[in-house]
Amino acid sequence: MAKLKLRAHVINREWCKGCGICVHFCPRKVLELDEFDKVVAARPQDCVCCKLCELRCSDLAIEVQTEQD
Amino acid sequence: MPARDYIRERFFPHMWCPGCGHGIVLNGLVHAIENIGLKKNDIVMVSGIGCSSRIAGYMDFHTLHTIHGRALAFAIGVKMSRPDLTLLVPMGDGDALSIGGNHFIHACRRNIDMTAIVMNNRVYGMTGGQYSPLSGHGTMATTAPYTNIDQAFDIVSMATAAGATFVARATAYHVQQLPNILEEAIRHKGFSVVEVMTPCPTYFGRKNKEGSAVNMMDNLKTRTTPIGSKAKQENPSLIERGVFVKKELPEYCAEYQRIVEQAMKGK
Ligand SMILES: Cc1ncc(C[n+]2csc(CCOP(=O)(O)OP(=O)(O)O)c2C)c(N)n1
Ligand code: SF4
Ligand code: SF4
Ligand code: SF4
Ligand SMILES: [Mg+2]
Repeated sequence: MAKLKLRAHVINREWCKGCGICVHFCPRKVLELDEFDKVVAARPQDCVCCKLCELRCSDLAIEVQTEQD
Repeated sequence: MPARDYIRERFFPHMWCPGCGHGIVLNGLVHAIENIGLKKNDIVMVSGIGCSSRIAGYMDFHTLHTIHGRALAFAIGVKMSRPDLTLLVPMGDGDALSIGGNHFIHACRRNIDMTAIVMNNRVYGMTGGQYSPLSGHGTMATTAPYTNIDQAFDIVSMATAAGATFVARATAYHVQQLPNILEEAIRHKGFSVVEVMTPCPTYFGRKNKEGSAVNMMDNLKTRTTPIGSKAKQENPSLIERGVFVKKELPEYCAEYQRIVEQAMKGK
């Protein structure tokens, strides 16, 4: 399979509850919570598009879109 | 189809607490259904009452939000009248195994084609943190201030003994396996039981000093292991996850149809 290339992290700030699960378990430490406890992609260049953040989000608040999607 | 096409967006953000594992089950189900390619119109989701049961309101299928403990009874009625539809029955641990325990074992025995998903957070979340039959000895709950002296059921052993033809355990942490196990369960022709261990940070977590939602997810990682792993031999207290039972037996609706045809011939 070709290496996935990131297009964007689509974050729904209204739905994100700031639980921090995606932040903690991201293998590349791409994500952070901002001062409002909403998730942001702080280091998108490090993302390997594993989509674990998307799958672990209880609130369907983060989607990892790749060039291949 | 993106995840959002399977949900009723008008009810989001949902009512579950931050980091509640129930939302991760919803997430996994969406992916499983997308992988199978099921049409929304061919799915019926039937739930009872509980935080977990709220899932039926959030999914954009045919949905029935029924009575605490009785989801399987309603689901069996739907399936008997429309065997062509895919039935999904998410339940809480209290819902499925206290008040609904009898429905649960007999549904397992009958082998009717549907998928029961037990969202096991080891507590009565909705009603304020009372202990459930899955809390286990030594745990704390609002109704067990000096620790719980009841032993827990093992959902997998119980479903297996009662005759379910597909039995699996997954967790909200292992999100690459979760949709795969749900997919296999839904595809299985017969009664499937999937226990999903899910964190309730608000009640089970707080009462048992399990820390944050992140910490509870970490516990699912460190306290479980794949079936038959070397780690299990070395540490028997680890909880196994994976597919425990997968066997073929006559399916209930098909058997019922066979009897109908036999009776119509008058012999
Ligand atoms: C017949 C009946 N008995 C009791 C209740 C109260 N009740 C509502 S939800 C619930 C238990 C919820 O626990 P569980 O099934 O584990 O679901 P969770 O909220 O933890 O997801 C109870 C006892 C009820 N609604 N109906
Ligand atoms: S896709 Fe993977 S690497 Fe990228 S942000 Fe999500 S968890 Fe991190
Ligand atoms: S897992 Fe979801 S709700 Fe939790 S912080 Fe990440 S995006 Fe927000
Ligand atoms: S009380 Fe527990 S089970 Fe209910 S929504 Fe909150 S975390 Fe989830
Ligand atoms: Mg519960």
